[in-house]
Formats: sequence, structure tokens, C-alpha cells
Amino acid sequence: MIVEAIILSVIAASTPLLIAAAGELIVERSGVLNLGVEGMMIMGAACGFAGAYFSGSTIAGALCGIAAGTAMAFVFAALTLGLAVNQVATGLALTILGVGLSGLIGAAYVGQGITPAPHLYIPLLTDLPLIGRILFGQDAFVYVSAALIGGIWWFLYRTRAGLILRAVGDNHASAHALGYPVLRIRLCAVLFGGACAGLAGAYLPLAYTPFFIPGMTAGRGWIALALVVFSSWRPIRLVGGAYLFGAVSILQLHAQALGLGIPSQLMSSLPYLATVIVLVLISRTRATAGSAAPASLGMVFVPDR
Amino acid sequence: MPLVLERRQERSAAIAVISPLLAIALTFATMAVVFAAIGKNPLYALYVYFVEPLTDGYTLSELVVKATPLVMIGVGLALCYIANVWNIGAEGQFTIGAVAGSWIAVATNGTNAGHWVLPAMLAAGTVAGALYAMIPAICKVRFGASEILTSLMLVYVADFFMDYLVRGPWRDPHGMNFPTTADFDPVATVPTLFDGSRVHAGSIAALIVVMLAAVILGRTIKGFEIRLVGAAPRAARFAGFNANQLVVFTFAISGALAGLAGIIEVAGPIGHLQPGISPGYGFTAIIVAFLGRLNPVGVLIAGLFLALTFIGGESAQIALKVPLDLTKVIQGILLFYVLACDSLIVYRVRFIAPQPRAATGSA
Amino acid sequence: MVDSGSVGRAFRQPLLRAVGITKHYGDVLANDGVDLDLYPRQIHALLGENGAGKSTLVKVIYGLIQPTAGELQWMGQPIVLTGPAAARALGIGVVFQHFSLFDNLTVAENVALGLDGAESFAAMSARLAQVSRDYGLPLDPRREVWRLSVGERQRIEIVRMLMQDPKLLILDEPTAVLTPQEADQLFAVLERLRDEGRAVLYISHKLDEVKRLCDTATILRAGRKVATCDPRRETVASLARMMVGADIGEVKPRAGRAATTPRLVIRDLSLAPDDPHGVTLRNVSLEVRGGEIAGIAGVAGNGQDELFAALSGERIADSADAVIIDGQAAGEMTITQRRKLGAAFVPEERLGHGTAPRMTLSENALLTGHAASGMVHRGFVDRLKTLATVDKATERFDVRKARRDPEAVSLSGGNLQKFMVGREILREPGVLVVSQPTWGVDAGAAAVIRQALVDLSARGAAVLVISQDLDELMEIADRIAVMFHGRLSEPIDRGRATREKLGLLMGGAGLGTAGTGEARRAVGA
Repeated sequence: MIVEAIILSVIAASTPLLIAAAGELIVERSGVLNLGVEGMMIMGAACGFAGAYFSGSTIAGALCGIAAGTAMAFVFAALTLGLAVNQVATGLALTILGVGLSGLIGAAYVGQGITPAPHLYIPLLTDLPLIGRILFGQDAFVYVSAALIGGIWWFLYRTRAGLILRAVGDNHASAHALGYPVLRIRLCAVLFGGACAGLAGAYLPLAYTPFFIPGMTAGRGWIALALVVFSSWRPIRLVGGAYLFGAVSILQLHAQALGLGIPSQLMSSLPYLATVIVLVLISRTRATAGSAAPASLGMVFVPDR
Repeated sequence: MPLVLERRQERSAAIAVISPLLAIALTFATMAVVFAAIGKNPLYALYVYFVEPLTDGYTLSELVVKATPLVMIGVGLALCYIANVWNIGAEGQFTIGAVAGSWIAVATNGTNAGHWVLPAMLAAGTVAGALYAMIPAICKVRFGASEILTSLMLVYVADFFMDYLVRGPWRDPHGMNFPTTADFDPVATVPTLFDGSRVHAGSIAALIVVMLAAVILGRTIKGFEIRLVGAAPRAARFAGFNANQLVVFTFAISGALAGLAGIIEVAGPIGHLQPGISPGYGFTAIIVAFLGRLNPVGVLIAGLFLALTFIGGESAQIALKVPLDLTKVIQGILLFYVLACDSLIVYRVRFIAPQPRAATGSA
Repeated sequence: MVDSGSVGRAFRQPLLRAVGITKHYGDVLANDGVDLDLYPRQIHALLGENGAGKSTLVKVIYGLIQPTAGELQWMGQPIVLTGPAAARALGIGVVFQHFSLFDNLTVAENVALGLDGAESFAAMSARLAQVSRDYGLPLDPRREVWRLSVGERQRIEIVRMLMQDPKLLILDEPTAVLTPQEADQLFAVLERLRDEGRAVLYISHKLDEVKRLCDTATILRAGRKVATCDPRRETVASLARMMVGADIGEVKPRAGRAATTPRLVIRDLSLAPDDPHGVTLRNVSLEVRGGEIAGIAGVAGNGQDELFAALSGERIADSADAVIIDGQAAGEMTITQRRKLGAAFVPEERLGHGTAPRMTLSENALLTGHAASGMVHRGFVDRLKTLATVDKATERFDVRKARRDPEAVSLSGGNLQKFMVGREILREPGVLVVSQPTWGVDAGAAAVIRQALVDLSARGAAVLVISQDLDELMEIADRIAVMFHGRLSEPIDRGRATREKLGLLMGGAGLGTAGTGEARRAVGA
């Protein structure tokens, strides 16, 4: 059943984008721009694979990926929050470091295999025609991504902590004047973003392709950043964006397989071209409707004492 | 939080000079720990990486070869970053410059076309790099799309484009099916400066670029405009400078320099177009720009230093049996330290004793 | 002039006592052994010039910063405030000069953030409605803050503070953003709060207000307390002398100043804002003649920034005739072209707009001088010329600085303002547009700047002063127009302009066409 297969592969391709973007959404809502998603993801991939390889457990691998992403995020936070360093430059540094370090760590595992993450199987439900495998036959990461989006929505709009997070992202000076620990709140957000990026990275070798290759994130971290812009910093819209990009990357693969005579390189560059086009379109409509970005996004905050 | 930043009354000029050196020293210290951790003698490893390449004539000349594209791209990126314009797609502009120039070399291959070929290739590479860089610039000023993301996405697109060409229409028919063009003719090759080394005329071009950029930034109204737009955008508008035009201008200049570096690289040391013409020059040049404190002369020195990490990395791969990726790790760590140390120019870091967390309410 | 005191002080215990508060910022001594006693049922003024240390003291009392030395006592007990939450828990509430609000959140969310979250959002909203009704401070809890006028924003801060039922209220320069009538309403609320038994600390440099409202006044100068007195027994002049430490020179109107031909004409200028939170300019018209100073009054956020941008050319008008400089239709010209016509501009914001903070003064001279001062030859900058401008401005306008050519950020507000006005006046402009010329500037510098403006107009230039400070305009302007919701009133001659009349215009009365819902919101009805 080709349609079901395509939908399943779209979900698989979208999940890492969604998880990484969800984390970055929280980071940016707190007023911090962490451009190092790609670096945190690739570290999550390398460490996640290493963890799973040694333990034989997907969960242990995922936890290793989360730990690696969080550790990377901590370095970012130390510089941007602790030393008030420019966030754009630090994010780039994080990506450069992550790409190199993951190559170092992952070198030993290239060509090794692991058992991919198991898929859910509920008798009867999973066997339902059409929707069975789509709704009840996914790996755990897919359900985690759904829970993550729901949780983030509830957190942002239904809890006091979420209100404080949005306030810090809107105006850090006011938040400080009211006594909120701006830097500590941002630290938590950045670490959460790192954990999500690490998990998203770990998904790639643990569930998507059950092996590790250097540079396997292939720009997904950057696409996740674009998705946050696309979503106008709203969690629900993130889902649409992530699945749109997942669909583009899967459809180009199928088109290549059909051999339409289009150069495969053109098809492969489609997701990246699509990102540029979507950024242009979304930014243009926003120019007339006013920016939705958190007002203190990317700005340095140094409290006086 | 025991660590507190205090804004300095004025920038510390002394620390502005010391900060990159401090960053390098901290990188050495960190790498020593890393080497020790993976069971290598740290002193010997540092020697292999950072000293040995300087003791040999051939590696010294290779240093200049590797520094040439880094410096050329780094100067352009420094101009962008001073203006607070974030071109991180220099790798793609490098590739497109190489492709555009190679087009002339491939088209004239074996026809003995004359001495106009190389200048035409250099011009084509420069213009193509500039035009490719102007895509994100125009997306930014016309539509407000983040230039960081668009310029980076175009790196992937450029890579696929070149891959298509060298595997498809431009593939050398006598090349045993390798993805590469035929070797360029002598008239399509950048001449070397000395016999027996690969140092080529492009290095002189890089020096000229450094000098021009230093004069423009330090002495001219255009340089003032670039600095002012980056430092205080609203004041720049008040001064009568158009920030949008400057975004396009700085992107075009940095793209032109990256494109020129790209065509010089394939028409010089490499001699033909193939995948992997760059070991990440476009990204390493970001580090070069920051390590050079966004100053053209600083970029020249930083370019030589980063070139050293490439060369040292290659010899360390053989002498120490460490993976080549270690070079990227060193570069990444260096950039972190550079950024952290730069913070000391604006802030003074003080450690304070924790406040007594005693009686809060009225007793 | 020491402790004339108020009646019965010796028999009561202060609610809050600050003893010997000292605060260092690096080498700067912001507070130096300041003592302050605040009693219930009293409105206590904290007076001082900009930079005297008022804000630092407020931050200490609110727990935002820790003093280097000294102690706070609450009802006789020594306390250490670990942060604003601790201060709020004691019963201390603050309304900051620069509001601590969140533009993209709703009124209710803003209020919730200022409370400690013990009650549910619904209960909090109900109480918000209750308190705002009780004190006559109406608010729509669901509106986003950026849609509100400055007066309404201050109302949020006050209501938020009242909902904590504070024993001590601190208000930092609360009337700076209000019309005289709005200020009267605020005073009524404050008097009621005092009568309910609360202590109020009222920070201001407006001496009339303090004399009218306050029971006690503590005066700070250069970080030290110089006196505590009963302001009602002092004169404005004696209070000013204590604040400044010297008599302030009056501005001397230059004899022989006579209005000549119009040099700056604004004709039916309408312009939509480029920022979604901005104000639309609607049919603004005004003529400023040579030898004349025209003033534009108004509460902040009524289109003054937009008008300045349209006059300077930072924003280009829709028609060339909308702005005419010395007879040339300049509405579609860039700021550089307008400067070449002999116009000069001084914006409100010193750091980041008028100057680049981290650039030297000579580079900041180039910032406006590159257009028309011969500082640039064939694209190259003449360093000697830019330095010479710094030296001349230093000498003529008494700019005090540590070095010959320091970074702009290292100058005090008053000295930087003198430099900014000076670098323009040195060019002898025919038209000068200046916004908030003495905002946040010490009295000495303010006098120098006002005198320079008067002298410039006496030499035949047309000067337009946009200011929120009515006293300033009534001192130096020949005619005053009022800006409200992007419209400009007819100018009133100085002789006929009273505070009441101007105040009504600032509140939107008298502009018949402005009776929209938008306008009512800004008045706060």
C-alpha cells in the first residue's frame, strides 16, 4: 500500500524536525536565539548511537543523546548568558564544534549496526486498515513528539511558569525589575532546547536509519530553526511546518526512485530550496502583519547589581 | 550567581590585543587535556600540530596555500559581521565561484584559447560569488527573511549543483568515471610563484584584499558607514545611511571574495573541479574573522593560524593516528574561547562572595 | 535647612528606615551614606537631579540591588531584601519610571506577573476589576499593552501595586508622562492612599508638585543626602538651590530677536507609521520663522517621534511639499540632503540614536557632519576636521570629559547632550529641530542648552523644540502647539498659553476631529 508507506515515511522524516524545533521554540520564547541546533543534533546522533550500541537499548541511547544535547546547550548558555557573548556567533561556534566532535566520537561506530527502535503493536488497533499503523504502529519517538507539542502548548498558555517564560522573552528588563531571575529562566529554556535537539538527533541513528554516518543530520537543525520562524513561535503551527518539510523530503526521494529524468541532485536540494522559499513567503506576509517574534529575541541581558 | 559582569566605562584597548592570544593559549591548554585523555603525550601532540609545520619549507609554503582562501573569505565575512550582517553561506559562494570560473575552463579545455581565459575565469568566479550571495541579501531586505538561514541553505544547494555538474555534463571523459572535470589548461591555471611549491599568485591577491579592506574600514566614509550600521543601526539611519543597501553591499563584497577564493583554489592548487574542493574554508573563515577581531590585518594573522591547524591536523593524522575531525574540534573550541575572551573587552568579570541568604521577612 | 521635621515624628516608629545606604558601581559612588525614614500616613518626596542617586536608592529599597554598605529596617527590625519578591512580601510596591510592563501580553497577564501567583487567574482577574473600580482607574483586562496610551500603562502599574495592598508605595517620576489634568487625578488617588494609612515615597524633580502633594522631602545631591525638610515651608527657589547646590542662571532672552520669513514649513503632513505600534500623523501643519522658537508639547507617544522622523528625513514624506526647508520642497529628500539645505536635527534618544555609544566623539561628530561640514574628501575622512569639531564643541558648550576624544557612552547625560546640540549649532544651521533637549539632564547643562537655542534663534535660525516639559517650553518658546494622536493643534502665543489650556489640549480636548474611540482611550475616559 503505497500511500500508507509514504505517510509512514513522512511521519518518520518529520519527527526529528518537530522535536528539535519544539525545543528551539521554547528557547526563542525565552528571548534566546540558539543557532547551534545542528551541532546539538549531530552530537545527539553520535552519542545516542554510541549509547545504544553499548547498552543495546534504544532508551539508553535516547538518554545519551539527550545528555549530549544538553551538555552542548550548557556550553552555549555559559557563554551567552554567563559572559554576555553574541548569540549568533556562539550558535555558529556550537555547530562547528558539534560537527567536529561528533565526527570524532562517531568515527568508531561508522559501519556498525544496532537494532532499530521497536514500533508499537497493539493487537486489533494496529491491524486496523488505513489508520492502524499510522496511529498505533509508530516508534516511541513519534508519540514523544506529539506529547511534547501538547505539553509545550499547555505550558505556554495554561501555566504561570509559561507566562513568566513569555514575559522574559517579551521584555527582559521588565521581568528583571519584577524580580524574575531572567538568566536562570533562560538557562532552563536553553537546556531544554538542547535536550530536545539531542533527542531529535538521536532519533536519526536509533530509529530512522539504524546506523551512524558523520554529518547525518544534513542541515536538519537549520531547517528546524526555519520551522520556528515559520510557526510564528506557536507550537501548533510547528506541527504543520514539520510535516510539510517531512513531506517534501520524502516526496523528492520517491520522485528520484521513479526516475523522472530530473537530476537527483536537484531533487535532493529541494528541501533546502523549499526552506528558502518558505522563509521568504512567511517573512513577507509578516512584514505587513507585524512581527510575531519575541521582542527581546537575541538581545544580550546583563543585570546590574 | 558568584560571577558578575560589570560594564567597563570604555573598551579596554590592551585586552583587545591580549584577548585573541589568551584564547589561543586556552585552546592549547584544553587540547593538552584532550590529548592526554586519549592517551597521547600532550606536549608532543601540540608540537606536531602547531610547531612542526613551521620547521619545514614545504609545510610553510602549504600554510600560505591554505591561508589564502581563508584570509580572502575571512576579510569579506569580517566586513559583514562588523555591519551586523550574518553571511554564513560563504562555503556556498566559494563553490559557486569555483563552478562559474570552471565553466570557462571546461568550455575552452584543449582549444588553446589564449591568455584571456584566466582573467575571464577570475572575473566569472567573482561575479558569480557576488550574485549568489545577493540572493539571501535581497530576500532579507525585500521580504525580511533571516539571512542566516537562507545563506546557509544555499550552501547545500551549491554543493548539489556542483555535484551534478562534475558527475554529469562536465565529467572528464578520460577520467576513469571519477567525478571530476579534466585538468585545466595552463592558460586556465593560476601561476605559482616559486618552483617546487604550490604558493601561487592568489596569495598576493589576498594580501591586496587585506590592505584595501584595512584602508576602507579605517579611513573612508564607507568604512565608517559599515561600522556605524553594525554598532548602532538607529544612529546610522539618523546619519543618513541606508542599512538595506549596506546589507546587499556587504553580502556582495563577501560573496565576491568567496567566489574569487573559490576559482583561485580550483584554478590554482587543485587544477580541476571536483567534489570536496574545500575542507570547509567557508565555515573556518567564520572563525578566522572572529579570531582576527573583525580587523583585516587581524584576519591575515588569524588565517595563517587556522591554516596551521589544517596542516597540523594532516600531519597529526599520520604521526599521532588521530582522526582528521580533531582539527574541527580544535577550531570549534578556539572560536568559543575567542568569543568568551572578547567579552572581557566590554565587561569586567568579578567574582563576588555569595550573599547571606538570611532573614528575608520582618522578624 | 536641616530637619524642620513634621509634627509628631518623634512619637511614631518609621515604617521603613534606611541607615547609611552606600552603593558603589565600579568606581562610581551612586549612594553615599543615605539615611531615609518613611512613616505611615505620609507622602515623602525624594528630590534630586538626574544622577543624584534617587533610582539607586529605590532599587535598594525594592531589593533589586544590594547596597555596598548600610542597613534597611522594617518596623524597627533589620532586614535583608533578597529580591523584589521579598520586598513585595513585606508590603513594598513600586511604580517604575520606565514601566516594567510587557507589551505583547494582556493587561491581566501583566498584573498577574506582578503578583506572587497565590490565587487563580480567574480570582486575580475579578480582584483586578474590583480594585480598578474602587480607585477609579478603569482598565480592560483583555487588551494587549502595546495598544494602550502611556497614561493607561501607568494605570496598570498602579493597579498592580494596589492589588498587593502595600504598606509602602514608591512612585518614580510618575507625572513625567501625564497631562496636568491626569496628574491631578493621580494626586487624588495618592492622597486617598495616604489617608488609608499607607506610606508613599514620591520621586520627582518637579518642585511645584512636591510642594503641593508631599508632607516631607528628602533631597539628594551627587549621591548624598543634603537635607530633609517640609516642602510646604520652602519656596521652589530654595528647594532648587538645595537640589542643585547653586543658583541656576535664568535664560536671557536675547534682545532684538524678531521673527522674519518662514524657514521651516510643515504643510498638511500625513504619514502612516512604519512600525505597527506607531502613531499615524494626520494633517500636521506649522510654520516656524527665522528668529523664532516654536514648541510642540504633548504627552509621550502622541506622534512626536514620528513627526521628528518625518522632519529629519529618517522617514520620507508622501509629498515633497509636506516639509519645506528655506523655500525648498524637502519632503521627499533624505536626511543628508536636508542637512545640505542647512537643517540640523537633535533626537531625543542620546545613546543609540543621536550617537553611537561605543564610538568616539570625533566619530560621532562625523555621524551628522559628513553631509555638509567638509569632513569627507573623495570618500576619505578628514580626522583633523572631526577632532576640531569635538574641540570646538567642548570649548563653546563646556562639555566635560576625561580625555580629548572619549567614547560617547562615557559622558554623563548632560555633557553628551551639550555635545549633541553643540555639534549641530557649530554648523550654524538655518533650521534646527530638537526633541526633548533637556530630558534627563542636570540643571546646569539644561541652562546652557536652552541658552544656546535662544541664541541660535537670535542669529536668525528657525528653531523647533519638541518637549514633554511644559515649563521648558513656556520658558523658551515663542509659540506652543500641542500634539495629540498624530494631530497638531493651532499654536498658541507664549503670552496667552497657560498650563490649563495646554493641558486640556494635551488630553485631546479642543481637537474637534479627534473624538474617535482611539482618542477617548488615550484620554482614559
